[in-house]
Amino acid sequence: MTEIGAERRAAGRKEPDLSTDIGGIRMKNPVMVASGTFGFGPEYADLVEPDRLGGVIVKGISLDPAAGNEPPRLVEVPCGLINSIGLQNPGVEYFVREYMPFLRDCGTTVIVNIWGRSIEEYRLVAIRLSEAGGVDGLELNLSCPNIREGGAAFGTDARLLRQVVTEVRASTDLPLIVKLSPNVPDIGELAVICEQAGADAVSLINTLPAMAVDVETRRPRLGNISGGLSGPAIHPVAVKMVWEATRACALPVIGVGGVSSLADALEFFIVGARAVAVGTATFSNPRCALEIVDGLREYLAGHGLAGMDDLIGTLET
Amino acid sequence: MIYMETCRVEDNRGVGGEYRILVLRSEQIAGSVLPGQFVHVRIPRRNDLVLRRPFSVFRVRNGCMEIFYKVVGAGTRVLAETRRHAALSVLGPLGRAFPDADPDAEPVLVAGGYGAAALYMVAEACRRRGTVLLGGASAGDILLGTEFESLGWRVEVATEDGSLGLKGRVTDLLDALIARRPGEHFEFFACGPEGMLRAVARRAMQKGVRAWLSFDRRMGCGVGACLACVLDVRDEGGRRRRVRVCREGPVFEAGTVVWEEDPGND
Ligand SMILES: Cc1cc2nc3c(=O)[nH]c(=O)nc-3n(C[C@H](O)[C@H](O)[C@H](O)COP(=O)(O)OP(=O)(O)OC[C@H]3O[C@@H](n4cnc5c(N)ncnc54)[C@H](O)[C@@H]3O)c2cc1C
Ligand SMILES: Cc1cc2nc3c(=O)[nH]c(=O)nc-3n(C[C@H](O)[C@H](O)[C@H](O)COP(=O)(O)O)c2cc1C
Ligand code: FES
Repeated sequence: MTEIGAERRAAGRKEPDLSTDIGGIRMKNPVMVASGTFGFGPEYADLVEPDRLGGVIVKGISLDPAAGNEPPRLVEVPCGLINSIGLQNPGVEYFVREYMPFLRDCGTTVIVNIWGRSIEEYRLVAIRLSEAGGVDGLELNLSCPNIREGGAAFGTDARLLRQVVTEVRASTDLPLIVKLSPNVPDIGELAVICEQAGADAVSLINTLPAMAVDVETRRPRLGNISGGLSGPAIHPVAVKMVWEATRACALPVIGVGGVSSLADALEFFIVGARAVAVGTATFSNPRCALEIVDGLREYLAGHGLAGMDDLIGTLET
Repeated sequence: MIYMETCRVEDNRGVGGEYRILVLRSEQIAGSVLPGQFVHVRIPRRNDLVLRRPFSVFRVRNGCMEIFYKVVGAGTRVLAETRRHAALSVLGPLGRAFPDADPDAEPVLVAGGYGAAALYMVAEACRRRGTVLLGGASAGDILLGTEFESLGWRVEVATEDGSLGLKGRVTDLLDALIARRPGEHFEFFACGPEGMLRAVARRAMQKGVRAWLSFDRRMGCGVGACLACVLDVRDEGGRRRRVRVCREGPVFEAGTVVWEEDPGND
């Protein structure tokens, strides 16, 4: 790394500045890995150097352990997959004890995705994680389609959304990201509510409700009957929603949905996202996020851009 | 250590019916894989297939790992068309291996269909040679019989249509073997469809035999990150736990598995 830097300086070119700030969360670069696709931290340690990622967004954590849905929990569809994991996790206490030591030392920004069955549960998880030390931000999952209580109502009902964000805001000093459901008529309106209720950023999108049927057995291909669609198939939907959200409110936006290449990430930045998260693509290429970081550096240098601010929100219409 | 290795295809040949052997040049994975572990293969040229495909490592020879696979769908069809010298991205070795065989027990390998591939390295590694029971729908699904024999194992065959060996199921062979040798101290190693695994587990529990079962599950990441591949087991304290087939498995001791819709075991 240093050698490459030295060469560049010698050649009179400045290394572009990839660092970014998401509502008070400093990140060395704007490429993270998305919740639920990178486990609780250590699972990919042999394959991905976490300290080269902009950040790790941990799988959804709840107050009590949750068993999730019955298998099969995953089905591949063209250019995507439908999952019905159902937010399985070992609960916040176990998470803090078993995974935070690794995460504190992993050398990157740590964002913990949280969910609850009630506003009180969201609050208690947020408080516990604020005390844990080493957590750089919380992402409220208000949008998981996979469990009935799993926040989907919070993410689609304006009144509930305002209430949960306000109460969690009052319970923690950690930067608060609200992950929005794509399953709404007007994403901008909900982003504005998050802003008014004290959120520091929004991330979008979560998976889209989806279903697949085995035509031989005529049975659903998921144990839970339906699930959430992710992967390249949803990327254009996500780009549109990120664009709408950045126009509607002043909060920084994290673009999520179908990022599997540099171009996909660039689209999000150009329409206004301050960071992106790679989800499903990690399964096929564990180093996808790292490759995007490298590609982004080259892209900025190649286009004579000094840093992310010269790229973000530069859509020409 | 899990590696992501770019492997060159050295050979990819049909071995009858829908079955094929893929030979991949590999240093890191071939150099460290243990019997029962698997790899996750990225399907080349098809970005619409967003998931890798899991396969057991059949064997390691001459600096190559071999995968014995059945063409069943889109991904394996693309693999079947993959030519020599093509490059494949392979993650592995994944999961936990079969444990070393008990030297005091007579090993019995029970395989359904391509399950035979996952047991071949066990057959190579066992000090003691025992019996391999191969089952399948029909003669074409009986795999690797001569290979097991040349390692010094006794091979018995059952097919559901009776086209080869006993007409019946592989567990009928197991019943006959147990009945023939009442005093014998056995150990079972099994890989195949879940119904077969369950039937093997039931016999093992009835006879007090230790049985190691290798499970198939739909997989996303293959490394423990997505929680797609879960199976319910009991830990030493008898507590029910949901574990990942790709990390804590694919091999589980029969007595620890919680079988669904089976009040007998629950
Ligand atoms: C640990 C493990 C070891 C395996 N070892 C072997 C082996 O040695 N030889 C062999 O022929 N097959 C093996 N399989 C099964 C193999 O993974 C599937 O046959 C293969 O994924 C089918 O892919 P496809 O695209 O051709 O089929 P499709 O049916 O089109 O696949 C669609 C999706 O379902 C998944 N899928 C389909 N069948 C299975 C299955 N039985 N198990 C898990 N996922 C499945 C695919 O991975 C893919 O994501 C193993 C599976 C597991 C989990
Ligand atoms: C297997 C799986 C598990 C997920 N788990 C969570 C979760 O726990 N919390 C959450 O907010 N989003 C979860 N998501 C959604 C992703 O974080 C992401 O928003 C979505 O998959 C779209 O991005 P992608 O197309 O890059 O995967 C999950 C997605 C997948 C595929
Ligand atoms: S396949 Fe992702 S956890 Fe097992």
